[in-house]
Amino acid sequence: MSTELVTMNIGPIHPSTHGVFRMRVTFDGETIIDAEPIIGYLHRGSEKLAEERTYTQVVTLTDRMDYTASMTNNQAYILSVEKLSGITPSERGVWLRMIASELQRIAAHSVAIGFLINDLGAWHTPLLYLLREREKILELFEMMCGARITNSYLRPGGVFMDAPDEFWPSLNRFLDEMPNRLDDIENLLTDNEIILARTQNVAILDKNDAINASITGPMLRASGVDWDLRHRNPYDYYEKISFRRPLGTVGDNNDRYLVRLHEIRESLKIVEQCLDLIEPGPVQPEEVPFLVRPPKGESYVPIEAPKGELGFYLVSDGGISPFRCHVRAPSLINLTLLRDMVIGYKIADLFVTFGSIDVNMGEVDR
Amino acid sequence: MFGIGLLKGLFTTLKNLLGPVFTVQYPNKKVGLIGALKFHKKSPLEFLRTQPNEFIKSLAGLHEVPEYPSQAPRFRGQDFNWFEDRCTGCASCAKYCPLGIIKIETTPGSRDEKEGSSYDIDVFDIDIGRCMFCGLCVEACPFDALHMGSGFERANEKRKGLVIPVDELRTAIKTPSTWFRPQMEDKNYKPKEKGAEIKDWHDVGRHEQPSDEELTEKWVNER
Repeated sequence: MSTELVTMNIGPIHPSTHGVFRMRVTFDGETIIDAEPIIGYLHRGSEKLAEERTYTQVVTLTDRMDYTASMTNNQAYILSVEKLSGITPSERGVWLRMIASELQRIAAHSVAIGFLINDLGAWHTPLLYLLREREKILELFEMMCGARITNSYLRPGGVFMDAPDEFWPSLNRFLDEMPNRLDDIENLLTDNEIILARTQNVAILDKNDAINASITGPMLRASGVDWDLRHRNPYDYYEKISFRRPLGTVGDNNDRYLVRLHEIRESLKIVEQCLDLIEPGPVQPEEVPFLVRPPKGESYVPIEAPKGELGFYLVSDGGISPFRCHVRAPSLINLTLLRDMVIGYKIADLFVTFGSIDVNMGEVDR
Repeated sequence: MFGIGLLKGLFTTLKNLLGPVFTVQYPNKKVGLIGALKFHKKSPLEFLRTQPNEFIKSLAGLHEVPEYPSQAPRFRGQDFNWFEDRCTGCASCAKYCPLGIIKIETTPGSRDEKEGSSYDIDVFDIDIGRCMFCGLCVEACPFDALHMGSGFERANEKRKGLVIPVDELRTAIKTPSTWFRPQMEDKNYKPKEKGAEIKDWHDVGRHEQPSDEELTEKWVNER
């Protein structure tokens, strides 16, 4: 029987694309022959905007890059500024921002898992269970810094304000509850035969391919590479913390889901260890001025964001604003392998694979 | 056996179905008679006499009472709170705003002869249509004159309605957020409680107002 190839646009506005993302896909029947990702619909020029704002003001821009993980964005940027200007952060400030970024990792992974399952067709029930847990984290953030999504909590040298008294009991309550909620999610999803049939051995990403394409984050660990910057290249106080790094064996969509789920459990343990080690004190050194003016130079500090290696490359010309700010965005680089992963699979697997990569278009286009 | 995973999942959804409700029915939730009496603080007879229709509705569980989500005291809200007596017109807020949405015009002036408080503020417009509520203006204010608000219901159909003019800032009810104001957190101030309105500008500062002698010492004798 002779068939005809069909080329179709998916997106830029489409419920499955997690933002504004377009794919030009060629099908043979239901099988994908070619998939070309087209990006740039959410380009806001954040890197250019950063060049005309002071170092503190740029923190507000970093919130809006990966808007499901603002705290880790702030952290990557602030670490880069601190290295550039030689600021030694205060201890309590660092612990606070580690707690904040681990909570943010839990929230971001909840979103990732929820929308992956949503793309599979499990309409909204698992997603809303996970968003409910995320909501509790957002409430903790609201107590801490007054905002839920666009936090702007971190400042050069630490954080701008200590967490209020009512934050700590709420955090403890959350840490007690969350493992039970995760058990619920596992009962609901992990052994579900439909999910297994749809995700196992779909879009397998080979270890070597992943390394060659500089994939990072949970996606790389799902392919079986033990690479976590919190462990390999510890920033902040991560060398004082012990945690396991869950690894996948096959590198398929199911592994990517399982790695994220187990990372949530590890993040909870990290927060608990941080709570043991945190001590009272100032949250920002006295000598840090409101207007940071670093000497001439450049800096890049990579961190392990929920989606992979995130880093801000800053160049200073000695002024009050960065001369150049470049973002190494994990979403963009993880997205590059989408085409190689989906060729040969069915159209329904395309959306699942796209969900399992866990991209955020705000970060891809910046 | 095939199907065990599905049954486990169904059991989980059943458990969650019977569990506590997490959703907040903002702005109104439907309550029965007990909830209505609790909200209105009335006896059943009084409620029947004053609002007979609502009483019948409440018997069917259809009486509506407002419900708000819980809100942290540091919540960075929409209506900015501004204390004119504290403001010197230094325009630090306008300078530190990443978007440049605060417009200030001052005339040297008539108000007070003391150092640092001698400017009249003619224009102090905040265009919250473009504001991203980062709060850097509040952080920059050296005299604690500008505070984030605690409201979130300032939706409008026109862009003009999103600009807060100076007259509105002067007359608005002031329930500031405690964001970047540790002195108010020390007092355990909660902006969403009843009677949280701040009328005296002395209450919101980080420090007491300096006396005339201190000002003379600092600004005249030491120079």
